[in-house]
Amino acid sequence: MLFSNKVVNILIPIISVLLGLLAGAIIMLFFGYNPVAGYAALWNGAFSDIYFFGETIRQVTPYILSGLAVAFALRTGLLNIGVEGQVFVGWLASVWVGVAFDLPMIIHLPMAVIAAALAGAFWGFIPGILKAKLGVHEVIVTIMMNYIALYISNAIVRNVITDGEDRTENIADSASLGADWIAQLTFFSRLHYGILIALFMAVVMWFILNKTTTGFELRSVGFNPHASNYSGMNVKKNIVLAMVISGAFAGLAGAMEGLGTFGYMNVKSGFTNIGFDGIAVALLGANTALGVVLAAFLFGTLKIGALNMPTEAGVPTELVEIVIALIIFFVASSYIIRWVFLRMKKEGK
Amino acid sequence: MLKNRRFLVLIALLLSVGLFLAACGSSDDGGEETGGDTGEDTGSSEEAGSEGGDFSVAMVTDVGGVDDKSFNQSAWEGLQAFGEENGLTEGEGFDYAQSESDADYTTNLNRLVRQDYNLIYGIGYLLEPAVSEVAQQYPDTNFGIVDAVAEGDNIASITFKEHQGSFLVGVAAALKTESNQVGFVGGVDGDLINKFEAGFVAGVKSVNPDIEVDVQYAGSFDSVDDGNLIASNMYSKGIDVIYHAAGGTGNGVFAQAKDIKNSNPDENVWVIGVDRDQYEEGAINDTNVTLTSMVKRVDIAVADVAEQAMNGEFPGGEVLEYGLEDDAVSVARTNEEALTEEIITAIEDWKEQIVNGEVEVPSTRDELQTYVDSL
Repeated sequence: MLFSNKVVNILIPIISVLLGLLAGAIIMLFFGYNPVAGYAALWNGAFSDIYFFGETIRQVTPYILSGLAVAFALRTGLLNIGVEGQVFVGWLASVWVGVAFDLPMIIHLPMAVIAAALAGAFWGFIPGILKAKLGVHEVIVTIMMNYIALYISNAIVRNVITDGEDRTENIADSASLGADWIAQLTFFSRLHYGILIALFMAVVMWFILNKTTTGFELRSVGFNPHASNYSGMNVKKNIVLAMVISGAFAGLAGAMEGLGTFGYMNVKSGFTNIGFDGIAVALLGANTALGVVLAAFLFGTLKIGALNMPTEAGVPTELVEIVIALIIFFVASSYIIRWVFLRMKKEGK
Repeated sequence: MLKNRRFLVLIALLLSVGLFLAACGSSDDGGEETGGDTGEDTGSSEEAGSEGGDFSVAMVTDVGGVDDKSFNQSAWEGLQAFGEENGLTEGEGFDYAQSESDADYTTNLNRLVRQDYNLIYGIGYLLEPAVSEVAQQYPDTNFGIVDAVAEGDNIASITFKEHQGSFLVGVAAALKTESNQVGFVGGVDGDLINKFEAGFVAGVKSVNPDIEVDVQYAGSFDSVDDGNLIASNMYSKGIDVIYHAAGGTGNGVFAQAKDIKNSNPDENVWVIGVDRDQYEEGAINDTNVTLTSMVKRVDIAVADVAEQAMNGEFPGGEVLEYGLEDDAVSVARTNEEALTEEIITAIEDWKEQIVNGEVEVPSTRDELQTYVDSL
């Protein structure tokens, strides 16, 4: 029972992370930095006081949602590289609703959040329908849609929402996810209520996939579209649906930035990487809701903690990126780890 | 199908690793950082820094980083010089925090506040919202913002009259061009870089209204590839002098000019640098493509304000404007071969007229239009 499939599935990401950290330590040693001081600085930068803790959770929030977005599509056998673009349109939509209206909070905030989800869903619908109807590979379409989203939202921020400015006004308080008492409590960190939305969405994903007929169909299409088709499921409908739901998750990640972290949208010179990091989060989380939440936590910690490494330990931030890359490397090469497990299992008998 | 999925996962892996590597690729500093030990947040130095001994100053870079060979680097050099002069040690008396994305600005500012720095600079107008916000939350800490104006009694806004310096390098470009076509490469299209553009175009047109100026914006300050591409297009169109006001993106312009010069040393291509004297950036074989640079002494301004703050005369709430008259904006003369006596005389001549107020250099596109019409 020690090496049952379930245990192995849980052990592999953990071992991957440990191997990644170990490899990172070796690289730090190699370049003449002290790995213990480095990781201590990382830890302090993420958790040493309540401000940093707030910032870490703030960073975790969009990662959960972008990770869910990637994971959801992957469960249906689709690789949604377009989460980044869906984050952009979601961000834009939420801020637009946030600045354009003046309504009581109970209407305004949900409206802004839903607008973001709808925008993301729409951005996911396009590659979905192209894949279903014309067989265009979703990877190509979604990659290109990222650029379209980036430049369209820049143009809209500059020319439609504002008059040639680099950023929109701040959203109305009634659309903000932030709360004064949280800011007070955490010494003005940008932690906001969005974390609750993110966690709730993780539950929603678990529920859809595991407890509904639709979810069963989606997963079935992911395992084998031909068999699903043969057994009478509408594969095309399920592909579109998966992309739409995935896009909605990504759009919500955008709303976290728009309504929570920043409260405005500015002209971006490049991608935010929230969506791309989501791919890694989903991989590490083995495409399950709980796994994604845990992986997002790890990534948020690494990102925020990394900012402290140059100041406190003199280790360049780039090294932290290398550590993250190594972790993903080991997750993706889980085949090797699995193989080692199998060997041990056989020898154990 | 299982195989197929494995293939997809592999693509995902490659893409994500590629992205991370790309994110790492932008910086190549030679491990210069020394491991400062600033572990304790709530140390002893609580009292505001009116005595020199306790004074500490730090800065937050924008996404360009302290080794952008431009703006951020200049500011950091200013702080290093200030620190050296006053016997401060890096990591305690002065330090920097590098931002990897614009979500990091507030976090970095806050972190430095919590490490009890007396004066904290935000380098670049991109940090203006973050500085305003954090300054409001911590009224006891002094902040400086470079290249933007922020309101608040504990914020000093440092701005430069870049249009004046750009005007002078425009004069140099106009006198140097042989094809009567010059180019301008901007970073992000906005009020700040438009100042460079307006001044430059005005300078060129003042010398010879028939010279064509091709103005292009790369859309970002850290995209070397775009700079390379735009420069390549411009040079192949016959443009022979390009002025870049694009931070790290400008390194692409230099790379392109050096490529051309490398394959054909007789080609007439020039780059005008920005912010720092970028003479070193233009060196290729035994020649140099840097005609001159519009030097913006961010270092002087940053050290100057730090000095004032240390002496308890922090100019909070003020907008400081550094210009030609303070030598905080100037034209580099390191390339003595390219910058002939004639050009220098012309530059000196115009400079005098600007300082005297005889020439009002335009700082926006509208003013530029009026200026050009009046020629």
